[in-house]
Amino acid sequence: MLEIRGLRASAGEKEILTGVDLTVAAGEVHAIMGPNGSGKSTLAQVLAGHPAYTVTAGTVIFQGQDLLDMEPEERAQAGVFLAFQYPVEITGVTNAYFLRAAYNAIRKARGEEELDPIDFLDRLEEKLAVVEWGPEIMQRAVNSGFSGGEKKRNEILQMAVLEPTLAILDETDSGLDIDALRIVAQGVNALRRPDRATILVTHYQRLLNYIVPDFVHVLSDGRIARSGGKELALELEARGYEWLTGQPEGAAR
Amino acid sequence: MAYRAAGRRRQVTTAYAKAFERSTRNGGGQGPSALVARRREAFERFALSGFPTTKDEDWRFTPVAPIARGDWRLDGSTAGRLVTAAQLEPFRFGQPDWTTLVFIDGRFSPGLSHRPTLPAGVTVEPFGEALSRDPEFIERTFARVAQPEATAFSALNAALAHDGAVVRVAAGADLTEPIHILHLATGEAAGAALLTRTILVVERGARAQFVESFAALGDAVSFTNAVTEVTVGEGAWVEHSRIQRESESAYHVGFTQVEQGRDSHYRSFTLSMGGAIARHDLRARLGAENVECLLYGLYLGRGDQLVDNHTVIRHEFPGCRSWEVYKGILDGRSHAVFNGKVFVTPEAQKTDAKQTNRNLLLSETSRVDTKPQLEIFADDVKCTHGATVGRLDEVAFFYLQSRGISRAAAQQILIYAFAAEVVTEIASLPVREALDRLVHERLGIRA
Repeated sequence: MLEIRGLRASAGEKEILTGVDLTVAAGEVHAIMGPNGSGKSTLAQVLAGHPAYTVTAGTVIFQGQDLLDMEPEERAQAGVFLAFQYPVEITGVTNAYFLRAAYNAIRKARGEEELDPIDFLDRLEEKLAVVEWGPEIMQRAVNSGFSGGEKKRNEILQMAVLEPTLAILDETDSGLDIDALRIVAQGVNALRRPDRATILVTHYQRLLNYIVPDFVHVLSDGRIARSGGKELALELEARGYEWLTGQPEGAAR
Repeated sequence: MAYRAAGRRRQVTTAYAKAFERSTRNGGGQGPSALVARRREAFERFALSGFPTTKDEDWRFTPVAPIARGDWRLDGSTAGRLVTAAQLEPFRFGQPDWTTLVFIDGRFSPGLSHRPTLPAGVTVEPFGEALSRDPEFIERTFARVAQPEATAFSALNAALAHDGAVVRVAAGADLTEPIHILHLATGEAAGAALLTRTILVVERGARAQFVESFAALGDAVSFTNAVTEVTVGEGAWVEHSRIQRESESAYHVGFTQVEQGRDSHYRSFTLSMGGAIARHDLRARLGAENVECLLYGLYLGRGDQLVDNHTVIRHEFPGCRSWEVYKGILDGRSHAVFNGKVFVTPEAQKTDAKQTNRNLLLSETSRVDTKPQLEIFADDVKCTHGATVGRLDEVAFFYLQSRGISRAAAQQILIYAFAAEVVTEIASLPVREALDRLVHERLGIRA
């Protein structure tokens, strides 16, 4: 489904990804771990087309298409979804309006019929249940005044509605209490299907108790330093990142 | 009669002096003698000052030379062009039931107005009717709240206003529907000065909603000079929306003065999107204790439009709250000016005042001059102000695009979101929905 080869990317003058290789097949869950500054969030954002990064080398093929050649909205229409580490507040636009605009934009791009507000709300009900929310959340402005946990839940709601083929979660677990973590995991697990894949970018092993990955990769200095099964995450939890990266990592706990 | 006009302004004021003498002879001289005298005083004041120039601090960024140079018809004689109900329809917000006073080219149109039976003590009348029915009331209210000396334009208006609306809401009355005062300029208004004065008096404990609209059929170059005086009685609640959507070739100078009584609540929403040059002064005096005053504004500029909002909030008594948010969206080569003053006198302890001006520039060539000012002479107060000028946030763009929304559609959503923050503050649901549609339309956004 996704083939990343020799991917290098910079922010301004600073090279952050220094040659990432990663293959994700349909039905798989991959966890990308690594210390702060290793480039794991950058990888997630580059895949979604964040304008702050310039890709300097490498290829990314998603279901036969050259992902790097596509605008962010085209990637979304093709089935890529990024759950943001820091979701953006859009005061003045309701969640209902925003979600329907996104849903219909994607349907339209695929040549499907757009849904009117009533039909859309019907469809929404089961998705709200995934994140254990009532319909009142839809009348609030997008992420505006939301707590950190609410923002992450809202990302999962969007993911549930848009049903991406490839979901990338950028540290969706950071700063969440156990309850919110359980809801996030519930959303991801509800989406799991043999024809879909998930990339979890995370600093901590904790999330992987709820969403069991098929593969774990450790990113260091902008490239994958080690790959393994789910037991690699436990090892990292016990030993920290230092033994892999060769550097002390203050923030890893 | 000789007026001591400054040399360079003499020609202008001579033309205005003739018009004033003519108006005094036909109709403008009607009413109680005190009213006639007040109009004359106002004229003398205008003749002394002439039109402001950019050397005047209050008009620094707003050259009114095209207005001052204009050879305007000043007698309000342009009425006569037939406007059909169908032509008027788009400006009524789809609300045929609202009490609506319609003024075509500055003159009252009884045929197009809608005046259903109102609760006892509530009168909604054109100026002439109010003057003959209750001259004492006009004498007591005309140019009392909005003092003629406020600006040259308000003085000119007090001297020459040829029509307008007079609304009185008696103590305790509760108006459930807005009263709409709709000014429409037709093609016949080309070269005309449209001078109207509106008096809104809401007495003790009453509730009322007003919508003042200034609109145009076609793109005539007219000069609107509109003054509105609002009295909000003790414990009264008033929402006042002012919609300026004139032709983008027209000149519009508006002046609104609000006087608030004890425990009263006044909220205004000012939308400015028409006019080649559009200036609005909104001044509120919080003239008693425990007053709440909320001023929201939205201005939309494009092409070569110049849009200028000046506001003054005067806190003169303890325990009052004022809250002001003005936002602007500027495209093309448009230029916006915002000047907001908040005065807090030494008596006005426990004042709570917040003023915000935010501007969104959509083009490289649009421009904003913003100046929020606090002048505080009391020590136990909570006052803040702030102004921003910026562009749409690239991270917000990315967020929307990453959800499948095209860049063009994302831009519309973000622009609308910026505007919506003030539009949503309109308390009256039908007014809010109507203005929401209007703003969508003007910004070319699909609802």
